[in-house]
Amino acid sequence: MPKLIKHDRVIDDAWTLLGADAAAGDVPATGPVLVPLRLWQAERSALLARGEIGVWLAPDEEPAKLAADVAQLPVIAVDFPKFGDGRGFSTARLLRERYGFAGELRAVGDIFRDQLFYLRECGFDAFAVRSDLDPERELAGLTAFDRVYTASTHTPHPWFRERVTRVAEAAPRDVWFPCG
Amino acid sequence: MYRYDAFDRSIVHRRVAEFRNQTRRFLAGELTEDEFRPLRLRNGLYIQKHAPMLRIAIPYGLLSTRQLRALATIARRYDRGYGHFTTRQNLQLNWPALVDVPEILNDLAEVEMHAIQTSGNCIRNTTSDHFAGVAADEIVDPRPYCELIRQWSTLNPEFSFLPRKFKIAVSGATTDRAATLVHDIGLHALRGEDGGVGFRVIVGGGLGRTPMVGHVIHDFVPEAELLNYLDAILRVYNRYGRRDNIYKARIKILVKERTPTRFAEEVEAEWAHLAGGPNTVPEGEIARLAAHFEAPAYESLPPVDSGYRAARADNRAFERWVERNVFAHKVPGYAAVTLSLKKTGVPPGDVTSEQMEAIADLADTLSFGELRVSHEQNLILSDVRQRDLFELWSSLRTLGLATPNIGLLTDIICCPGGDFCSLANAKSIPIAEAIQRQFDDLDYLHDIGELDLNISGCMNACGHHHVGNIGILGVDKNGAEWYQVSIGGAQGKHAALGKVIGPSFAAHQMPAVIARLINVYIARRSEEETFSDTVRRVGIEPFKEHVYAEAHQA
Repeated sequence: MPKLIKHDRVIDDAWTLLGADAAAGDVPATGPVLVPLRLWQAERSALLARGEIGVWLAPDEEPAKLAADVAQLPVIAVDFPKFGDGRGFSTARLLRERYGFAGELRAVGDIFRDQLFYLRECGFDAFAVRSDLDPERELAGLTAFDRVYTASTHTPHPWFRERVTRVAEAAPRDVWFPCG
Repeated sequence: MYRYDAFDRSIVHRRVAEFRNQTRRFLAGELTEDEFRPLRLRNGLYIQKHAPMLRIAIPYGLLSTRQLRALATIARRYDRGYGHFTTRQNLQLNWPALVDVPEILNDLAEVEMHAIQTSGNCIRNTTSDHFAGVAADEIVDPRPYCELIRQWSTLNPEFSFLPRKFKIAVSGATTDRAATLVHDIGLHALRGEDGGVGFRVIVGGGLGRTPMVGHVIHDFVPEAELLNYLDAILRVYNRYGRRDNIYKARIKILVKERTPTRFAEEVEAEWAHLAGGPNTVPEGEIARLAAHFEAPAYESLPPVDSGYRAARADNRAFERWVERNVFAHKVPGYAAVTLSLKKTGVPPGDVTSEQMEAIADLADTLSFGELRVSHEQNLILSDVRQRDLFELWSSLRTLGLATPNIGLLTDIICCPGGDFCSLANAKSIPIAEAIQRQFDDLDYLHDIGELDLNISGCMNACGHHHVGNIGILGVDKNGAEWYQVSIGGAQGKHAALGKVIGPSFAAHQMPAVIARLINVYIARRSEEETFSDTVRRVGIEPFKEHVYAEAHQA
């Protein structure tokens, strides 16, 4: 069975992802399945009735189109067709922070360890790393950093809001000019 | 200047560890060339013609002498004993070995430096006014805000994979010395009616293949909202900037295609969601950052030192250097001094390790142990007592760093060009040198007066040729190196893009072409007019006619 990194460990992945051109007839009778946005929009009520449905977004698809569905979708995936295409990072933050999606947010496509930390900061909690890679090894990417300066989905406060207390506790000599 | 705390240190050290691992995987064949490229680029590592090139960040151009000595050591140990200061206030090493780069980054981290995001499609080193904190015309010291932006942009998870590179410049003075109108984002720090700090925001400027002057999209973003507003701009750009064509991927194209007004509306709509959110900057944080940039312990001095005045009157060469290389300081009795890295015969912006160490000694003795890099590729000692200027000048002459040419024709901005860079169409350093030799008569050079001459070896415009009063662009014509000349460009608050005067020239013609342009200016100028003023008044035609008429006769 394919593997997935979820909540910082490797698990079996039961979900099938249907390609961008999939039609209603391609949806299997049973089993969890991720459908493209277009198919979801065309077959919304039938798919909801079937259950075990998630939706995946291409980089140029507006997360706002799922704003009304976030409570009913257990999984939303965002595709990264190329490592360098960073649109999905913004898509993720909008789904989490603006539209309140609380289910599994999965990064799919050209995913490997060197983006994982950044993806998690933006709200992804599941990563379908490229199938030619060993997900156990790719896990290392999640611990590249503890956090960065700016606020994001995973780290809701920027470092400057935590600095005073945390730095003061950790290493008082390093506090140059504590702020009030 | 800003000093790291434990967290700042941990970020750069974790980054070194991450890059060490990435380099190991690449050398072991676990990462392909294509996969490694974006990873090494965001650590400042290019693969050049002869060797890798490492671009080291000098945040907003500020350096301590400890850092400069470390750079000298690094250049000697891992490179060929020199470095090249760039138009983005960074330092480039032209000959490091790939396997050494993790060690170099580690040595940099030891002195609170890094090469994070000096390349790649991410937010680059924030640049600023090289006279920040000392200029008499300063409204707001931009450095605390530059540091705020540096931290926000460092490893920013949402904006690490942008359509294209992204450059921010901040100015806080009446005179714009940071080229803010030709950056992806330019910020002008201002004081509002109640005295609070805010920013005029300019987007969509840039040079490169499609040069444009930026547009003001907001007149006053309060300092507390600065990061939220930047998040809003970057989010609109990250989502909608073009990714189908590398030449149309900069934010300037998005701003143009949407129109500045519509772009501004989209940013406002995004900002409405973000305003007051987590990245709102508390006053305490701004105060914490500002405390790192408190003025040094200036002495109380008379506005004009008598010995200094006498030396100027007695020594013509010293006086000439003072006129060009010494900048008025806001504190009486002090001056800011530009060390010219534009000596004829030395590639513009290049400094040897020995020079770096000698400069560090001078800065320790005479300027509170700090210095700055200007985007014109010179170094600055920002806080020198007037009474020490003669001694400083004498030392700098011995070091070859006292060429009295700041702001003059031979203070050429120049990229590394075809001698080093694999993107270049043509060499730029030998052209700079030939022009410097043509204008080696100091009296004539000073008579010509202020003139920015900028050279880029290709349309990526690292040498800012579009905003040079005279701009030279290296072009490729059937495999041969040619040079296109433009005039009428300007930087600063009245930034303008130069106009091409006509067909391009061969390298050997360039000194004569520049000489002819100058001849027209000398003949046509009215009293007090700079080259740039004359071009603005008479247009490019007289220049064009003279240059090409002469060329036919020759």
